[in-house]
Amino acid sequence: MPSVASKQYSDDVSLLVLLLDTNPLFWSNTSITFSQFLSHVLAFLNAVLGLNQLNQVVVIATGYSSCDYIYDSSLTSNHGNFESRGTGMPPLFASLLKKLEDFVTKDEELSREEGHEDRTPSCLLSGSLSMALCYIQRVFRSGHIHPQPRILCLQGSPDGPEQYVAVMNSIFSAQRLMVPIDSCYIGVQNSAFLQQASYITGGVHHTPKQLDGLFQYLTTIFATDLHSRGFVQLPKPIGVDFRASCFCHKKTIDMGYICSVCLSIFCEHHKKCSTCGSVFGQSKLDEASSVSDKKRKAPHT
Amino acid sequence: MAGEQVENRGVKYKSSIKDPGTPGFLRINEVMLLFVPNDPKSDSKLKVQTKNIKSHKNTKEASNKPPWLHLTTYQGRNHIFEFENYPDMHTCRDFVAALDKNDEEPKKAAVSTSTEQLSIKELELRFKLLKENSELQRLHKQFVESKVLTEDEFWATRKKLLGKDSIRKSKQQLGLKSMMVSGIKPSTDGRTNRVTFNLTPEIIFQIFAEKPAVRQAFINYVPSKMTEKDFWTKYFRAEYLYSTKNTAVAAAEAAEDEELAVFLKPDEILARETRQKIRRVDPTLDMEADEGDDYSHLMDHGIQRDGTMDVVEPQNDQFKRSLLQDLNRHAAVVLEGRSIDVDSEDTRIVAEALTRVKQVSKADGETTKDANQERLERMSRVAGMEDLQAPQNFPLAPLSIKDPRDYFESQQGNIVNVPRGAKGLKRNVHEAYGLLKESIVEIRATGLSDPLIKPEVSFEVFSSLTRTISTAKNIIGKNPRESFLDRLPKSTKDEVLHHWTSIQELLRHFWSSYPITTPYLHTKVGKLKDAMSNTYSKLDAMKESVQSDLRHQVSLLVRPMQQALDAAFQHYEADLQRRTAKSSGGERPNGYV
Repeated sequence: MPSVASKQYSDDVSLLVLLLDTNPLFWSNTSITFSQFLSHVLAFLNAVLGLNQLNQVVVIATGYSSCDYIYDSSLTSNHGNFESRGTGMPPLFASLLKKLEDFVTKDEELSREEGHEDRTPSCLLSGSLSMALCYIQRVFRSGHIHPQPRILCLQGSPDGPEQYVAVMNSIFSAQRLMVPIDSCYIGVQNSAFLQQASYITGGVHHTPKQLDGLFQYLTTIFATDLHSRGFVQLPKPIGVDFRASCFCHKKTIDMGYICSVCLSIFCEHHKKCSTCGSVFGQSKLDEASSVSDKKRKAPHT
Repeated sequence: MAGEQVENRGVKYKSSIKDPGTPGFLRINEVMLLFVPNDPKSDSKLKVQTKNIKSHKNTKEASNKPPWLHLTTYQGRNHIFEFENYPDMHTCRDFVAALDKNDEEPKKAAVSTSTEQLSIKELELRFKLLKENSELQRLHKQFVESKVLTEDEFWATRKKLLGKDSIRKSKQQLGLKSMMVSGIKPSTDGRTNRVTFNLTPEIIFQIFAEKPAVRQAFINYVPSKMTEKDFWTKYFRAEYLYSTKNTAVAAAEAAEDEELAVFLKPDEILARETRQKIRRVDPTLDMEADEGDDYSHLMDHGIQRDGTMDVVEPQNDQFKRSLLQDLNRHAAVVLEGRSIDVDSEDTRIVAEALTRVKQVSKADGETTKDANQERLERMSRVAGMEDLQAPQNFPLAPLSIKDPRDYFESQQGNIVNVPRGAKGLKRNVHEAYGLLKESIVEIRATGLSDPLIKPEVSFEVFSSLTRTISTAKNIIGKNPRESFLDRLPKSTKDEVLHHWTSIQELLRHFWSSYPITTPYLHTKVGKLKDAMSNTYSKLDAMKESVQSDLRHQVSLLVRPMQQALDAAFQHYEADLQRRTAKSSGGERPNGYV
């Protein structure tokens, strides 16, 4: 009955895609344990689902070597005949936890296979962002009436500069689709990717100071749907770290060289652009200095 | 001269020579001339700005006339003042003369240097640009009038602005009216049987464009056989005959008058053109649609001009035209647009010009042998049947699709990282995964932690968030994209922006004068440096004067400007030192390192 559904659809129906950081290297040394973190997050998801009957939640786990969909609230198989073993877990999330456990096992196997090149201990943010955007694109194409999607990125691992290009591409696609990317960074260092993502797409970025109050942060800041954000004031960062990574060494730089054809960033002078293959001419600085030397000599004679 | 003024009590103001004059009090100072009549009820109070005074005349002492001073203003008004005696008048006159001279001098000086090579048109253009763009005017006033930059230098960087205007002046071509010419109704006066047609050159042009036979007839007959007026009379008679749909009469009149016959017959020239066009059309095109306006077909269908559908006797067939034909012809002409630009009153010239144009286009259109061949080839290609043709093996070029992974991962080998023993890492990772799995199992067993969050913690979180949001609001404003500039009071904002543009202008001229090769550049750089120091101190003053809560942001805005100025000063000092070192040559006074 499409007419009934449309009547029920109000402005504040939202689809929240949560990107959960399950990088073991990060979780092995934090102040908050993973189980405590999970309980905050699960309670938050429950709260979001409780805000509106038609709200939807999708959880994607961002692992060390892979990403996967963990939970989708719109699937009816959630409430299936699953015996909840323990005492405390509501059946709604039992399947989530089961899938999470399976995912972690798979991720471990993959990372074992991979052979361990030296890598920053970052999670695969680019992968999970892309998966989230694909899901959202499918929702967009499903019909006229759909909830307003947004992405919430819960991350503690530092940025992997080798993912710079992929992450920026996902951010720009999100901007095009008009999907805000909120980010809650619970790690130690600052994440430039997440700051830029939230700034560019119009989302909210926050770094909670007190991790045992994480649930409070989540419900106060990140639970508001897109329509209500026009009336609510959310915390904004004072400045945004706009630094890019260079394409040749993946270092974070703030001054470098840029190819005028494809806008790739390099930290040192190259003869040829590695992305588009265009050949660079002689640097203007060298030319100018040689010319001015000559000119200065002339009046001297 | 500054601040001086002349006052005079016994002055009479006359608006014209015949006016007896109203007595009053006259005061002239540098800015203004004020005349107040003694009688408060009189209304000839006068206030004139001295810069409006164009010229002055006075009566000579030697003559027997009373002492008069006659001032004319730029607005064209005349003021005559009668003084009590000549010396008074002379003082006033001298004062006015001195003022005039002061006014004119700087203007003359400025104008004379730059008007040497300028035309009046360029001057006008400059004034217009200055008037339209208030920012430019402000910059101009600041620099050129304070003699920091000369006029030429100021406009040298703005050549684009000056040059662009002239391009805009190209005229836009007018199109033809879409109303049909044959819809022109004559004016009749109800009493007699005469009708009057009003012919404008526009209409004539359209008639010639639509009906080439008429044009040809005009060229042939006028002025040799008949006058223009007769020609048009006959033409309109023919039109009238058409409209009466009386083909018998039309045939009869055509038989009598051969010129009239030309107008009544179908247009031969047009028919010829269309026949040629048909020959060149692609045979795969469906020609059914064209039958309506093709002059070579029979006309047994189609409505007449007034909507009837009479069947006509065959011999009078040619005296009928259908509405469709007229409409189509008219539409074709309008779409073609104005093919000539001749704007002349003389009909003959217009007719000839049109003929020439048509001839030229016909000559262009005539197909050469090669073109013909190419057309035949193309036709055979299009009309070919695929099943009956041999299989074609097109030359293939392989696609080169690059693996996108190369792009993303090609630089992995170059990554510099904190080296960690690979084995150690493996162990770490394994351990970490183990811990993670343990956590998950734990939470499955125990469920969500209870209480989820302690109230004190919650309260702390709330208060810190409130603090963050309120301070951020004060510093940034509601919208992160909102520019800080909008929150400044308008005058400060304008000032800041004006400083930006003026510094840009100064720096542009400054950096372009280096390296200094001529003394002219040297003086220029000196003047620029003084102006820059001036601006620097103004920026400092502005920073001080702003309110305390905005001060930090304003200083952030001002800092890059001052940094740029500092860089310029540094360069200037360094260059100066270098020059003095060079000029002093090998001399080294004692103790001077």
